[in-house]
Amino acid sequence: MSSDFSLDRRSAVPAVIGNPADFLIIGGLSGSAKDVGSLTNESPNVYLLGGAMGAAVTMGLGLALAQPTRRVLVVSGDGEFLMNSGSLATVAYMKPANLSLLCVDNGCYGETGNQVSATSRSTDLELIARGSGIDHACTVQTGSEFAAASKLLRHPDGPSFVLLRVNNGPPPDYRRNFDAVETKAAFRRNCL
Amino acid sequence: MDTEVIKTETWAELLYDSLRELGITIFCYVPDAGHRVLIERSISDNNVISVPLTTEEEGVALLAGAHLGGKRGVLLMQSSGVGNCINMLSLINAGRFPFLTIVSMRGDFGEQNPWQLPMGQAVEPCLMAMDTLCLRIETREDIPSTTEAATQMAYKSDQSVAILLSQKLIGAKPF
Repeated sequence: MSSDFSLDRRSAVPAVIGNPADFLIIGGLSGSAKDVGSLTNESPNVYLLGGAMGAAVTMGLGLALAQPTRRVLVVSGDGEFLMNSGSLATVAYMKPANLSLLCVDNGCYGETGNQVSATSRSTDLELIARGSGIDHACTVQTGSEFAAASKLLRHPDGPSFVLLRVNNGPPPDYRRNFDAVETKAAFRRNCL
Repeated sequence: MDTEVIKTETWAELLYDSLRELGITIFCYVPDAGHRVLIERSISDNNVISVPLTTEEEGVALLAGAHLGGKRGVLLMQSSGVGNCINMLSLINAGRFPFLTIVSMRGDFGEQNPWQLPMGQAVEPCLMAMDTLCLRIETREDIPSTTEAATQMAYKSDQSVAILLSQKLIGAKPF
């Protein structure tokens, strides 16, 4: 694994997101759900996925289109972004100004035993986002880039994409709620 | 909708108008000849968000997200796209999200392309295995009532519902 995967996600993800109350947040399955759950204690502006891998980006797009005056943030891992990389084209085509995407890229499948993913060998998801038509995009490899990335997630003329390179260490130790009906109802009560 | 309108509109125009009357404002789709009129109407409708997808499963997740944000939508797809959606329906089931899709059937009544038969014939068993209710439309006269029934079951009873447009309605493509 190359040396640019050096940040610890447990401190890097909160630093890049900043105040989570600035967003409606869709959290991708497994490690990303723990990143977001630990940061927010699953406040009602957060919906965490627990399966349906590949859903996070377009779920965030649907929410952003339905709530154009709210800022929507999708947080997920390199595995999920790779699975449905076509959804980046769908996002770019629709060009929702209020949608931001944060990919926590640890270069591996952490939930299943740290098997390496394509991003640690050959694939650059920032270039895929840019090639799809998402112009506001950056990669974060050191702490000095946190502030600029945090600002990009709040770009008023989105969509925007942040690739956050982290090491293959564990996500925060957090027991998240797997009741997808209860969290849906809480989200809608808060949002609508 | 009065019977005079039903007589003069094509089935596709009638279907689009029915969906709009039921409050559907997001139309997402992978382009499909059977849905051509609905797709074109959605693009030219200023009060609708029209979303072309790269694969049908994106539409399942997109509509769940739209529901979190309080909007009603529909996924338009050909029967071949149903196979691309199966695991994504886990999100609909687990979260008891409302879900409405309209499937233009291939591999059905009078199909002439053998590649269409495997998925076409598997549409109902696959959807039913994922707890999606299937309502079939074979005649133009059934469009308003079936569309209303499906939409209410989806958005009032939080069900996953598919309307299957038979090749008896849309015709079998000649080869």
